[in-house]
Amino acid sequence: MKAFTVLDGLAAPMDRANVDTDLIIPKQFLKSIKRSGFGPNLFDELRYLDEGQPGQDCSQRPLNPDFPLNQDRYRGASVLLARENFGCGSSREHAPWALEDYGFRCIIAPSFADIFYNNCFKNGILPVVLSEAAVEQLFRELYATEGYQLQVDLPAQTVTTPAGEAFTFEVDAFRKHCLLNGLDDIGVTLESAETIRGFEARWQQQAPWLFGAGNRGH
Amino acid sequence: MAALTLYDKLWRNHLVEQRDDGSALIYIDRHLIHEVTSPQAFEGLRLAGRQPWRRDANLAVPDHNVPTESAERAGGVAGILDPISRLQVQTLDDNCLAFDITEIQINDRRQGIVHVVGPEQGATLPGMTVVCGDSHTSTHGAFGALAHGIGTSEVEHVLATQCLVQKKMKNMLVRVDGQLQPGVTAKDVALAIIGEIGTAGGTGYAIEFGGDVVRDMSMEGRMTLCNMSIEAGARMGMVAVDQATIDYVKDRPGAPRGELWDAAVSAWADLHSDPDAVFDREVVLRGADIQPQVTWGTSPEMVLPIDGVLPDPESQDTASRRAAVQRALEYMGLTPGMRIRDIRPDRVFIGSCTNSRIEDLRAAAKVVRGRKVAASVKQALVVPGSGLVKAQAEAEGLDRIFIEAGMEWREPGCSMCLAMNADKLGAGEHCASTSNRNFEGRQGMGGRTHLVSPAMAAAAAVAGHFVDVRRLEEELA
Ligand code: SF4
Repeated sequence: MKAFTVLDGLAAPMDRANVDTDLIIPKQFLKSIKRSGFGPNLFDELRYLDEGQPGQDCSQRPLNPDFPLNQDRYRGASVLLARENFGCGSSREHAPWALEDYGFRCIIAPSFADIFYNNCFKNGILPVVLSEAAVEQLFRELYATEGYQLQVDLPAQTVTTPAGEAFTFEVDAFRKHCLLNGLDDIGVTLESAETIRGFEARWQQQAPWLFGAGNRGH
Repeated sequence: MAALTLYDKLWRNHLVEQRDDGSALIYIDRHLIHEVTSPQAFEGLRLAGRQPWRRDANLAVPDHNVPTESAERAGGVAGILDPISRLQVQTLDDNCLAFDITEIQINDRRQGIVHVVGPEQGATLPGMTVVCGDSHTSTHGAFGALAHGIGTSEVEHVLATQCLVQKKMKNMLVRVDGQLQPGVTAKDVALAIIGEIGTAGGTGYAIEFGGDVVRDMSMEGRMTLCNMSIEAGARMGMVAVDQATIDYVKDRPGAPRGELWDAAVSAWADLHSDPDAVFDREVVLRGADIQPQVTWGTSPEMVLPIDGVLPDPESQDTASRRAAVQRALEYMGLTPGMRIRDIRPDRVFIGSCTNSRIEDLRAAAKVVRGRKVAASVKQALVVPGSGLVKAQAEAEGLDRIFIEAGMEWREPGCSMCLAMNADKLGAGEHCASTSNRNFEGRQGMGGRTHLVSPAMAAAAAVAGHFVDVRRLEEELA
């Protein structure tokens, strides 16, 4: 996983509430058995005028000119500014994969759906929760300023505007540690393998019917 | 000792390690796997040279991509027409073989939607932690289990370590008191709750459903209710164990037997919230107030009772709410002030992990028996949740009732719930659907979903418009 420390990035708007994971990456693209290559289909239904199919060459498709990511001023954006309850709906990790593959490393919103929020950290994306008022201000400034850049500083837990105004955000210590160091969760957990084995042995004594059951009767 | 909620107890029982930063390692008893969210996880294991921690904790079944037309289905994996779907189902078979994981394959008679199959096989038991790379894993909470959806990285994490890194949620009690009116079902209760607390109302909470209405519900009804917890923003919903739970589990293939059964049943007696347990939030609904529900918009919270009238964006209290209602009405092709009962579905879908169990099919069959699907309805699909549900329905003659009414009787799978196979809506088409999500494009690009109970979907199919199933007789007269 890519480490995340300080990001200086162009911001782009996703100005609607309750953006669900179906909208981030429509289900027809979930048929892929790979983890990469979802970027061209990020927000597929909003971005293109036709219906996208997996495996298609997106460079030939008609673009929706009204969609911000298709506008020159947002080209190369790595910070996505969004509204409340971003990432609701299905648990598909294809949503953060698509965002990451497109080039987004940070998403700022007043709130996120739980599973999506969690999935971001596992894919090197930092989801930042700022107050409704702060997000509203960022949207105003972003629309008013071409080339609107934000500095997202994970060690300091701040988002800083071009004018130098800094907003602080919360992030839990373990997630921060993993993201800062690009650590693989599984490796970290396996450091506790002995503890897991100990727990498992006790649990098996206490609830033996939970063991071996998956294969019974098959 | 402090009084605990059901969730507190399940958490305590599975706590492997508490870390200083508030996160914890939680032990996972059951991991359910399907073809869509697992290939990248197996790939990750392979790349890291890792093996599954505990093979017997896993059970796999393909469901999202499988065709539901019997002709296409007959050819098994090789017969799947869409090459990309075929590869995904084939990849699940290959991975289960390579990692020695039990899989119920495409044409096994026990195959079906993972959230129907788990409980049916007794792979879901009270007191377990159950996870699956699918947000509707909350369904299994109906068994007094701690059950929730996970992403693909977590699928890999569970495979490799039998644990998840979690933070404890807050506790919410949703109590539905009294009794439901006849003709009002668990689906209506689920939608009414979402209408009440909103699609983000449960974010950060583990919900426990309680009250007399929930106590009186069948296990099928409780699964429907817990299934839709995620639509209220909660990763997990659960119901305390009682006699109904134990009766459902008994003699399932994965259930313990003999002395182990007795030991399990006595351990399960503790799987309820202590009487004086404190919840961070409590929501109370009166069962008698709940009417049959129909969603009109593009979020499950955009829901109304059957005699409701569509809202006017202008009368919403915030700008973002005005915009949301406006956009939803536009997408749905509906106008403010229109009556729910004047919406005419082009297609009807009875199925999905929310409502494809035997009780759901019985409820739908009861409504359509001896009637015909209205001429204005292009297609009415009935897709049983599993091969065993299908066999049971056929044994009861339900398939004949559906077919005689002009409905299609299909092979089990997710089908039109998310339109990953050939079953989908055309642009602009309205669908009366027993599934759980009415998001834009969920059932096909441009498709317009209205979430309802099986009986309400069946009633809409025969009437040609939404109608109160309790007044169908007068309606058709
Ligand atoms: S039936 Fe629908 S909601 Fe349920 S698992 Fe399948 S796709 Fe997901």
